[in-house]
Amino acid sequence: MRRNWDAIWLVARREFLDQLRDWRIVVPMALLVSVFPFIADDTTRQAVSFMNRFGGDLILDNLIPFVILVIGFFPLSFTLVVALEAFVGEKERGTIEPLLSSPLEDRHMYLGKLLVGITTPLVFSFLSIGIYLILVSRRDVAFPSAYMLTLILLLTFAHAVLMVSSAIVISVQATTIRSANLMASFVVVPVAFLLQGETILIFWGNEDVLWFAIVGVTLLSGLLVRLGLAHFKREYLLGREIDTLNFKSMYTVFRDRFVGAAGSFWDWYRVELPATLGQLKQSLVIVVVLGLITVFASYAWVVINVPAYIELSPDRMDEFRSMVGDNLVNLDQLQNQLPAPLLFFYNARTTIVFLLMGLVSFGTLGLTLFLVNFALIGGVLGAANLVGFSPLLTFVVGVLPHGLFELTAVILATAAMLKVGALLVSPNTDKSIGETLLLSLADWSRVFVGLVIPLLAVAAAIEVYLTPVLIKMAFPFL
Amino acid sequence: MIECEDLSKKYNGDFWAVDGVSLNVQPGQILALLGQNGAGKTTTVRMLTALLNPTRGWARVAGYDVMKNPHEIRANVGVLTEQHGLYMRMTGEEYLDFFGKVYGLDAEKRKKRNTYLLDYFGLAEAARRRSGEYSKGMKQKLALARALIHDPSVLLLDEPTSAMDPESAQLVRNEIARLRSSKRTVIICTHNLAEAEALADTIAIIYRGKILLNGSLDELKRQVLGPVEYEAQFSEPFDAGELSLPEGVEVASRSATSLRFRVEAPLAVNPKIVHELTSRRAPLVSFQEVSRKLEQVYLKTMADAQGVPYAA
Repeated sequence: MRRNWDAIWLVARREFLDQLRDWRIVVPMALLVSVFPFIADDTTRQAVSFMNRFGGDLILDNLIPFVILVIGFFPLSFTLVVALEAFVGEKERGTIEPLLSSPLEDRHMYLGKLLVGITTPLVFSFLSIGIYLILVSRRDVAFPSAYMLTLILLLTFAHAVLMVSSAIVISVQATTIRSANLMASFVVVPVAFLLQGETILIFWGNEDVLWFAIVGVTLLSGLLVRLGLAHFKREYLLGREIDTLNFKSMYTVFRDRFVGAAGSFWDWYRVELPATLGQLKQSLVIVVVLGLITVFASYAWVVINVPAYIELSPDRMDEFRSMVGDNLVNLDQLQNQLPAPLLFFYNARTTIVFLLMGLVSFGTLGLTLFLVNFALIGGVLGAANLVGFSPLLTFVVGVLPHGLFELTAVILATAAMLKVGALLVSPNTDKSIGETLLLSLADWSRVFVGLVIPLLAVAAAIEVYLTPVLIKMAFPFL
Repeated sequence: MIECEDLSKKYNGDFWAVDGVSLNVQPGQILALLGQNGAGKTTTVRMLTALLNPTRGWARVAGYDVMKNPHEIRANVGVLTEQHGLYMRMTGEEYLDFFGKVYGLDAEKRKKRNTYLLDYFGLAEAARRRSGEYSKGMKQKLALARALIHDPSVLLLDEPTSAMDPESAQLVRNEIARLRSSKRTVIICTHNLAEAEALADTIAIIYRGKILLNGSLDELKRQVLGPVEYEAQFSEPFDAGELSLPEGVEVASRSATSLRFRVEAPLAVNPKIVHELTSRRAPLVSFQEVSRKLEQVYLKTMADAQGVPYAA
């Protein structure tokens, strides 16, 4: 442990000294850190005054946490260049080979660079925030609570780890500083969006919700660090000089994996697809167990908590029942309003969205979306219970007939998506990130084409033509 | 000790950067690896330092397998890379100290090695200056000092004297020679054929990833340029046409005042030739071996490999 830390610190210390001796890093950052809080302070007061002149009802106190978050974010985005060139910069300057030829282990180099990449921007961020807080303390406004400040500082720390861990992954994979810097937007822009989301949480006023953001961002950062370490390859840093997109080779890798050794369509279904499904066992168990827990938790939450918010008097229950009855009348028209092909398209698109969200978050966001859908099922069944319908009957006639196919398809697609994320963060120094991604996408496509699409097609037909009839039959009194 | 057999590396699916290289360098031996730019020298060295995994074949360096014990190899090998790879904002002293720590040397040993190497390479006065301010030669010397900081048993040196002035280059050559006498195993990749000739015990010529020749300088000369040539020079025109030369002597060229011939077994034959010349009262001024340089061997080998005529 001590030996590992010494080696990590050795790499980090050298880089710290290097940065401190580079006026091109120190001077602009010192200027930014000292000037930006004044600009932010003045701009915020001007903005509030301007809005209030036109009938707005803005109070400066409410804006302060948001401004702190922004002030913390700016130095992070500017100093990201340090992390972006952590490895590719050394490669371009020719200093990487002596380091790679040394007995330092991969993780020592990687974590040493990560430590510097995180610490430098954080120091600047916290300094900038400190100056702003001094300014705030001299104004006639409410100083943010210690709890809120702690949350914002933790969030800034989580942003730093997220941005730097992404930047280091880019730095290992890029072949030139220029290409790494071009990729900076792919780090800064998503975190800027994230910042907007967190701002909404702050304005919403529930400070505790920020914990979800902190945990989520930290989890994602952890996965990114794991991805970087899993695919860190000395050979990759030295072996490749030019970035070329070889579409033909990419297509060949994807096709070979997708088709496998199958000689015919039947062979593919009989041998290749079951082989892929066999690799999904673990992901399937996780997805099914989490899905079931979510359905039951959501059902229980609705049944226990909703009565506290909505009065369920006999009159109100009748009102709800007649509202449901009206909707069931509309169900007869479902095939006109939502034809089966369109429903199929929507469902297929949703599974692709799961994949895309999963790709940018190593499966976590895709899995979250899946769980939200399952929470809706639990919620609907809970609501049915509250208005006096049998939840079991509602499930059997309203969800199960098409759900048997649709839920199976969604579970399979989510498990395959989760596997893509898991493979990306699994140690595999034999393959590059690109190769791993292509191969895992081919596996996902096998499941999608071979099972998900046919199942969703059947589910759409049942949902449009059969489910409304069954609901009508089960609840004739409506 | 460095051993490798059929060492090969394939890039981009179909390009063999190194193809079937086999070498054996014993402790106390220096091997010079010669070849054009892009011939595969650096890739070979990188495989021997466990930076690149071979696609085929095996290698053992300092007693460790490059695939199984990469960490041990890196700890026991000193590498001078193609680019000096210095951190420009570090002083020479800091730079060596940093790598001393990387190689796990304790403070006392680091200080001792730093002082010795900085003194030896004439960098002591510049030790507290940032290496970015060094001349090219000084940078190269500092990089070489880095490769030697942990006193490795195996050294892989890529162009060790490039960019150095003659005195510095001589200093480096002396150090390499000293390493040989202290039983270190050394491979040098170089384009400086005179240096290779002066230092190397064995020479390997690599072309398009394949070793074309491997052996001692004398063996290579004999193999590529044929038997040893001798030249007799006369003080005035002498008709050597009627000389009866012993069997196995092939006249290479002749002029009025000189005679050049190739001899397979000089120890047995040369005394007879000298006797023949003196008995015929040839105005003999000198009788000596014709100097043949490694450059001729190299250029002839390259010309043959490329299928172009060799212009001697």
